[in-house]
Amino acid sequence: MRNAEGFKSSSSLTEADIKKKKRNTLIVRTIIWILLIIAAGICLMPFYSMIITSSHANSEIARKLLLVPGDHFFDNYNRLVDVVPIWRGFLNSLFITIISTILGLYFSALSGYGFSKYQFKGNSLLFAAVLATMMVPGQLGIIGFFRLVNEMGMLNTYWPLILPSISNAFALFFFKQVADNTVPQAMLESGRIDGARELAIFHKIGLPLMAPSLATMGIFQFIGKWNEFLQPMILIFDTELQTLPVLIASVRSQFNVDYGAQYVGIVISIIPIMIVFAIFSKQIIGNVMAGAVKE
Amino acid sequence: MFKNKINKNPHGYYFIAPFFISFFVFGLGPILYSFYLSFTDWSGFNQPSFVGFANYERLLGDALFFKSIGNTLIIWIFSIIPQLTIALTLALVLHEKFIRGRHLFHAIFYFPNIITPITLGVMFALMFDWQTGSINKLLEAVGAISEPIYWLNDVWLSRIIVAGVMMFQNFGFNMLVFLAGLQAIPHDLYEAAEIDGASKFQTAIRITLPLMRPVLIFTLITSVIGGLQIFDAPLMIGKGPNDSTLTMIMNLYEAAFIRYDYGYGATIAYGAFVVIAIATVITFLIPGVRKKKEA
Repeated sequence: MRNAEGFKSSSSLTEADIKKKKRNTLIVRTIIWILLIIAAGICLMPFYSMIITSSHANSEIARKLLLVPGDHFFDNYNRLVDVVPIWRGFLNSLFITIISTILGLYFSALSGYGFSKYQFKGNSLLFAAVLATMMVPGQLGIIGFFRLVNEMGMLNTYWPLILPSISNAFALFFFKQVADNTVPQAMLESGRIDGARELAIFHKIGLPLMAPSLATMGIFQFIGKWNEFLQPMILIFDTELQTLPVLIASVRSQFNVDYGAQYVGIVISIIPIMIVFAIFSKQIIGNVMAGAVKE
Repeated sequence: MFKNKINKNPHGYYFIAPFFISFFVFGLGPILYSFYLSFTDWSGFNQPSFVGFANYERLLGDALFFKSIGNTLIIWIFSIIPQLTIALTLALVLHEKFIRGRHLFHAIFYFPNIITPITLGVMFALMFDWQTGSINKLLEAVGAISEPIYWLNDVWLSRIIVAGVMMFQNFGFNMLVFLAGLQAIPHDLYEAAEIDGASKFQTAIRITLPLMRPVLIFTLITSVIGGLQIFDAPLMIGKGPNDSTLTMIMNLYEAAFIRYDYGYGATIAYGAFVVIAIATVITFLIPGVRKKKEA
């Protein structure tokens, strides 16, 4: 297309005009480029500031703007980990998040496939009911949830954090669409003729065909679960069992004048995410955009 | 014939059963139970005792509840307008072919979205701390202010800071959604416009925006439901002077899990649900939203 444009222009404009136009485009593009770089800098600045400030003593943090690393990181770090088991919280969060994501993906794919491939009685009614729950705010049932968990004797355990992942309406909706589009009925029929059982057909034919979408939904479920805060805060009492976000929140109240320790807490919660994101950012962003189109 | 026989069998129910069991136990059950609890007096230690509409009468006369609605709406508007403007601008710019290192920009702008809201809340609280925060230190260093500003003790500044956290967290995600929408627009439309001699601005107004409308509307609706439930980040920043940054869900949390007034907490949850439902309906009533959604 660029050639065609150039050809068309040269027929109606003089050489000087073209040069001027080209120069103007170049100037505009350079300005846009510089603005983009500034915007990216502003976006990263808070994270940079956290990392730098975490390596200074409290007296310095209170005194001046800090732009270069200091040498008090381990002093701050030791004060923090003496009181708050932050790495334990990290592992707890990782455990809950991984188990929840796997369970959530498997059962959402299973039920999405079920809705897509079986015309049982009440199919569309039940599906509409699931869609309706997507409009209901997540915190509506929190008080009843708390009491039911208490009655079932599951307070201070991971069950009420993990098991609800099985019924994620958004994931079910997503996987029904995926099954509609990627799993042809004919392949299932051939599996049936070979005498395979229905669940085996799902495992051997359905699930592998849906696999690329598992990654997309997996990223959403992982981030959502990793960030969960209200549920663990009200359901878990033991500091040793607590998740990272709740521990970060407790650092804020326990170290309210010890800023150095608070900064270290923030840095610990950011750095691992930053490393994972630096390695997988292409895949993560690609999947987020793929998910956005399917919505 | 064969297909029908297979599809009528009950396998479909087995596939969706785990989802619905979990959904009834951890989703719908607690929501209905909360509705019952909203008519009771329950402090967590006694058995809930039925009190009729007393909690709802109290809610309608509760100035703090109405204040929390106002706060939430103000914070939402302050966050959603710049958020969508920045996201759309960045998406339009990054969609241009001449941008180099596009993936790096995607990654940088999306990065805040995968950081835990609690962490971002503490980050902003630390940055805007009036004695030790880097924002005041920066403004003092460049000579913009001589006395530190007490950001979080000002009604409007504290609301703007909470809105700023929400914006910082979400603009990158919305940018990716918009970029996915832009990539779905067929190239030949732009080529046709270019041949017809349309300017960049005309192309944006006549082609890009109309075709992006369903994406914009989807984003707006989900942001109403999500944005009115904000809790984690504002909790870390605090209630502000005179509860000026107390959001609806923070109010629910404090009533139930700080003051142990669980029955009334459930009532607040249903009050907040009504507010969010009304806001969602109003969004649908904005001229053009419904019509374009169907198209």
